[in-house]
Amino acid sequence: MPILEVENLSVSFKKYTRGFKQTKSTVITSLDVTVEAGEILAVVGASGSGKSLLAHAILGILPSNAITSGVIKYGGEELTPARQSVLSGKELALIPQSVNYLDPLMRVGSQVRTSVKKENAIAAQREVFQRYHLNAGVEKMYPFQLSGGMARRTLLATAMVSGARVIIADEPTPGLDSVVIVEALNHLKESAVNGCAVMLITHDIESALQVADRIAVFYAGTTVEISPVEHFNGNGEQLRHPYSKALWRALPQNDFIPIKGSQPRPSQLPSGCLFAPRCEMATPDCEQERPAMRNLRNGMVRCIHAT
Amino acid sequence: MKSIRMATLLVAICFISFLLIKNSPIDPIQAYIGADMLNVGSEQREKIAEYWGLNEPIMVQFFNWGSALLAGDMGTSMIYRQPVSEVIGERFVHSVVLMLTAWIFSGVIGFTMGVVAAMKRDTWIDRSMKWYCYMLASTPTFWMGLLVLIVFAVWLGWFPIGLGVPAGVLAKDVTTVDQLKHLILPAMTLSIVGVGNVALHTRQKLIDVLGSEYILFARARGEWGFILFWRHGLRNIVIPALTLQFAAFSELFGGAVLTEQVFSYPGLGQATVEAGLRGDVPLLLGLVLFSTMFVFGGNLIADLIYRLLDPRMREGRSR
Repeated sequence: MPILEVENLSVSFKKYTRGFKQTKSTVITSLDVTVEAGEILAVVGASGSGKSLLAHAILGILPSNAITSGVIKYGGEELTPARQSVLSGKELALIPQSVNYLDPLMRVGSQVRTSVKKENAIAAQREVFQRYHLNAGVEKMYPFQLSGGMARRTLLATAMVSGARVIIADEPTPGLDSVVIVEALNHLKESAVNGCAVMLITHDIESALQVADRIAVFYAGTTVEISPVEHFNGNGEQLRHPYSKALWRALPQNDFIPIKGSQPRPSQLPSGCLFAPRCEMATPDCEQERPAMRNLRNGMVRCIHAT
Repeated sequence: MKSIRMATLLVAICFISFLLIKNSPIDPIQAYIGADMLNVGSEQREKIAEYWGLNEPIMVQFFNWGSALLAGDMGTSMIYRQPVSEVIGERFVHSVVLMLTAWIFSGVIGFTMGVVAAMKRDTWIDRSMKWYCYMLASTPTFWMGLLVLIVFAVWLGWFPIGLGVPAGVLAKDVTTVDQLKHLILPAMTLSIVGVGNVALHTRQKLIDVLGSEYILFARARGEWGFILFWRHGLRNIVIPALTLQFAAFSELFGGAVLTEQVFSYPGLGQATVEAGLRGDVPLLLGLVLFSTMFVFGGNLIADLIYRLLDPRMREGRSR
């Protein structure tokens, strides 16, 4: 049974334009995704496809003008705001994008210690620092004194000391050199092997392919496909959705052919399938209604033509 | 480095204020002699001018004055018939009590108000606080002083209407309680006026901090409310708040001049106004120099606080 389930999640924002006129822009549209204990699910997609917002929705840290619908379940039970405030930081942990997510005026050691929920925080922090090869002096440092790799490992440490069962890593790799990337990914793999469920949010498909068990492809705020990682090979014949195939073929080591057009803006979503305007396989049926997520060959897809 | 800047600043201020006074319509001889001017003939006048060196070139005069100043002689106040340094020292004791009280109260109250408003952003608390602060920020000090005077001294009669000590009481019979009673209204006025700025600055700074990524991350780790503020909010707003507070010495001094005038409170501010109006050149120049040092001191402290407290400045340099 999946430990974290997201069903039909939508997130939109209320905005005031010109005086009191209120507009609603939908950033996530009927999104479905599940993560199981012991696996890494990679969430890939272009910037603006709603990847980070999914993480924020799960942890209950969306801005106050956000409206959500749909269900998020943790351990089979619905994750209400009340449960979120209890579980965030204990069972659900976030590994944020950059060192900016650390308090600039607090020593990193104490910041890691605030994540420890059991007794003897100092011992727990020292142990996790040792595990991630952060030497003893680092705990006395301020975030601005950390190198890129050290910052990465510190952020990882904040999640690991909490003993969380679900780890959501939001873009853990940009701006790092390849050695550090491999190291960061291996740490994630390690925690999955130890029984955590890891959601790896990234736009770097290549690094996702190295460690993930399954890949969820996001497009314009929805999941278009969820596929086992093995299906990303060859010319992408085993992939289900035309967008995933196009994404695969756009990689430099494959055909390096970009897809025409760009992702629709949240305020101008098409009425039917969100990908239809850019899809080569699109038929008039595609514009009628949004396709539902369906199971297909050991994965899931949101396309009426997929086989 | 800082001391060089201080020295150049002081020299420049001395020179400019000396020139300004030289070119002002104040005639030093007339100011010195006052009403007896009618009995002084032009020959006597000429002699006085010669005795004081008023006929020499302006630069020579400046250097004469400057070297006396360096030797610690600021001259004698014409109004008070006392050495300028004594007048300033005496007045400063009164002013410093007034300014310090107002400084602490407006700082603490303003900071607290700003924090509460930012933490309760967009609620009625925030809205009424903001409305109140904007109103205060646009209130002239002297007007607030008059208002306080009308309410607390005239209508309610709780406090004396002015001066630093009760009138008609011998200096040795004045008690600390008397002095405190006379201090409360001016200090209150100065505090009330100062609160608005401090609160608005603190509120905006805390709102910026609360919108930052590290607060988002702290919330993702299950921190909220007071714990969130205590762990991450306070430490990130306290340094700018302290800096602002020390850098506001000039406004404090300016406010004190007006408040002391309204309450006839015998501080530096009132002395400045008196010296200006009655052409007391040595006292005026002394006060100008003194207030320059006072404001510079505030800015210097603000600067040093940043270096001492902010780890990015403190430990950043040692690397």
